[in-house]
Amino acid sequence: MNIRFELNGQGVEADVQARTTLVDCIRHHFKQTGTHVGCEHGVCGACTVIVDGDAVRSCLMLAVQASGCKVTTVEGLTPPEGLSPLQASFRRHHALQCGFCTPGILTTAHALLTHEPNADRARIRHVLSGNLCRCTGYINIVEAVYDARGAYADPAGAAGDTIERNSL
Amino acid sequence: MKLPAFEYAAPSTPAEVVQLLAARGGDARVIAGGQSLLPTMAFRLAQPSLLIDLRNLDALKAITIDESGVVLGARTRWCDIEDEAALGAAHPLLVEAISHVAHYQVRNRGTVGGSLAHADPAAEMPCIAATCEAQLRLLSPRGERLVRADEFFCGPLTTALADDEIILDVRLPPWPSGRRWSFMEFARRAGDFALAGVALFYDLDAQQRARNVHIGVVGACYYSKRLPLAEGTVEGRVVTPELGMAAGAAAAEEADAADDIHASASYRKALVAELLEQALSRAATR
Repeated sequence: MNIRFELNGQGVEADVQARTTLVDCIRHHFKQTGTHVGCEHGVCGACTVIVDGDAVRSCLMLAVQASGCKVTTVEGLTPPEGLSPLQASFRRHHALQCGFCTPGILTTAHALLTHEPNADRARIRHVLSGNLCRCTGYINIVEAVYDARGAYADPAGAAGDTIERNSL
Repeated sequence: MKLPAFEYAAPSTPAEVVQLLAARGGDARVIAGGQSLLPTMAFRLAQPSLLIDLRNLDALKAITIDESGVVLGARTRWCDIEDEAALGAAHPLLVEAISHVAHYQVRNRGTVGGSLAHADPAAEMPCIAATCEAQLRLLSPRGERLVRADEFFCGPLTTALADDEIILDVRLPPWPSGRRWSFMEFARRAGDFALAGVALFYDLDAQQRARNVHIGVVGACYYSKRLPLAEGTVEGRVVTPELGMAAGAAAAEEADAADDIHASASYRKALVAELLEQALSRAATR
């Protein structure tokens, strides 16, 4: 099936099978491999991407269902040079070890802070319960997200142009 | 696992959806958020030949609140319920129960209609529909019909929905102010399916006795249903800690929990008793 959607600010087009999940489409058709495939049944959160402003599991969404949508992956959160404020906070707080879960956590946290820039630690913890990390124990992840809140208080100062692209 | 192969359609009217369903004679499935259906397909527990996406049916996304109650369109997502501030007063039990549904990302796509049609006995929405005597508005090529929740849920993942029928909306009766209520559930991890849970509400008469008692169960049951024995224990009485214990015992007696990999039946029954006792205590002070 022929589909068109916006991937990280660029209009894209692909010919996919109906059974192709969004994450497989992003990785295989567009070679954007930042989004990771973990459990493939909606448990681990590694494949989280942002669709029309909402964090969703891209293994539980068909590529055809993204037709006409704006999709942002971890690549889209990353400025051309250096790191976004959220990414820099992850580095500062040592909020990743093996890094497999990190793209899903970054996209989740980005969507959360965009909608709720004043999210407290309890809220951050609750939201991140949908992302499995087997290395860190989460403490540093929660601190990194909490510490990045300042970058989202003023939408113009947040991560690159992603906010504007998704018109959040 | 990767999904099995299927065809895909996204019609623009409910009538086209049910015609397509009828044409496939039970071999097609409807997809809305897909948060239950796609994992089911990934595990090969369902292999429909055609998925019919409701994404173009915007009329099914509405939340309506008026004197006849709350109507949730089938495509209402969990996050839409969270975002609708008026529901806090219009149906606090619904809002509290929905706060326990799955995780952030799933809540952004999972829908009310999908959960009702999937009919997992451990899911919150079917429990709320059963507890509150909701009515489901269904559409098939034969027309519309209203089905009561207690007639809709027939067994685990089994409903009265015909092969060529879809849910249009679910109607929750009006919620009087001053109603006492509580929702409690226990899961090992946040966002997991609950091992057990209870939903309850009652109204107070002039003598502070509980009237119109409704108690529903999550998880520890064959399908989403009310617990009439426990309700009868509370009906017409002033809610006290002793009454809570008696109601809990009655609920444990009638909850038809089964052993599974997550918990034994007796553990689930004990949870129902404890949660109902706590829930009645909370409701009394709310």
